[in-house]
Amino acid sequence: MNPPVLIAAGGGGPIIPNFGGNGHAYACEQANRLFCWGWFSHNWSGTLWPALRQHVVLVLIAVAIGFAISMLLALLAHRFRPVEQPVIAFTSFLYTIPSLALFELLIPVPGLGLSRATAEVALVAYTLLILFRNILAGLRNVPADVLDAARGMGMSHRQMLWRVELPLALPAIIAGLRIATVSTVALATIAALVDNEGLGVPILSGINDYYFKTELIAAGALTVLLAVAADGMLVGVQRLLTPWSRGRAA
Amino acid sequence: MHNFVDAIRFILRNGQIPGQPHFTTLTYYALGTLKITVLAMAISVAIGLPVGLWLGHLHRGSFVAINLGNVWRALPSLVVLAIGSAFLGIGLREVLLALVVLAVPPIITNAYVGVDEVDRDLSDAARGMGMTGWQVLTRVELPLAVPLVMAGVRTAALFVVSTTTLAAYAGFGDSLGEIVSNEASYHLYGILGAAICIALLAMAIEVGLALVQRALTPRPLRRAERLARPDELLVPQLEGV
Repeated sequence: MNPPVLIAAGGGGPIIPNFGGNGHAYACEQANRLFCWGWFSHNWSGTLWPALRQHVVLVLIAVAIGFAISMLLALLAHRFRPVEQPVIAFTSFLYTIPSLALFELLIPVPGLGLSRATAEVALVAYTLLILFRNILAGLRNVPADVLDAARGMGMSHRQMLWRVELPLALPAIIAGLRIATVSTVALATIAALVDNEGLGVPILSGINDYYFKTELIAAGALTVLLAVAADGMLVGVQRLLTPWSRGRAA
Repeated sequence: MHNFVDAIRFILRNGQIPGQPHFTTLTYYALGTLKITVLAMAISVAIGLPVGLWLGHLHRGSFVAINLGNVWRALPSLVVLAIGSAFLGIGLREVLLALVVLAVPPIITNAYVGVDEVDRDLSDAARGMGMTGWQVLTRVELPLAVPLVMAGVRTAALFVVSTTTLAAYAGFGDSLGEIVSNEASYHLYGILGAAICIALLAMAIEVGLALVQRALTPRPLRRAERLARPDELLVPQLEGV
């Protein structure tokens, strides 16, 4: 990555950072345009693409861990009803804590500090309520006569779960995954405050830059695009996994 | 652990650092956060509720109402704030505008879904009894939709508190985020103290709105209400996929 060098545009005008490039590449920056494609393409491979990749990793880890925990808890609550209320209460409590506060409160916890682990713990905490509720709702909404039929066919509890309940709950589960993933993509920008990686880094640096806004706009747009792409992919996964509902899908 | 102890001391000293006088207190920042949250929510509810309720009543515009909620979720609040402040400035009015933009979608989506999903037989029966459209909305649909409508308001309120504190990074100084974003003057324990206050404030708002919801729910429906949580936005997704 090129070290940012500050140059002053003549006449005491705004100080415009020079992110490398040569000759006419400065023209857009000096005119202080809204968005400089030159800057974008010049910083894509050094700054934006690595940040995007880190962002994807942050989100994937958070959603995967959140999904594993929620699935376990939801299966428990599906089997033993009294589990539901305490889990809902605790995950709602986590969900209520504003992101800035949660990230900061985790810093002094032993073993976390300013690290990816801190970011992941907070991001996972926010996925739990959404995923748990959706998985449980999906499992509960399986029609009783379908379950009776399965039982009548001599299926064991485990067989019913794997062959009947989980497949039928899949649309609700994936709906939960979509919400969790999309909101985690947005939330992970704030993780940059405790873990110096992801698209939050160029966003924060763009915010601190009073004049030059390309970096902020580029990183912000990448975040939104990533969320949309992830959402689209999950819709695709659902189509693949639930071929029986394809005819009805609106 | 000593960090958390110091954080509590920091709160008890009302945000003062020993030997380093600040003119502003923790109370000032907490009230600032509360003030802008209340203002932003008042404006957002005044805009979002009528739109959402009316669209739901007419059973029209489902595509817009529901997708508004989906698009909203993908917006990083920090970016909306920062872009807003970059082009409009960072006074109270500009921050309010950004907060309203972020708070209106969940209110509209939930109000829409809440009213739209009221059993058609009920509204038909009400119409058959000679009620006008307005009466059907206010006497039948609205009371039944309270849990969902309020879920949207609660989601929006949490989002507004959380975004207000983030606004400090975009240059808006009158919120608890100002302390969190200023480690140089407040040290880690000051940040923690402010973070604890932010969390407590969010919970107080959540509990307050839950009580409002309870008061608005018709008595016979209150038992079922316990199941309604602040994330009822799940419903359109569950149905619409």
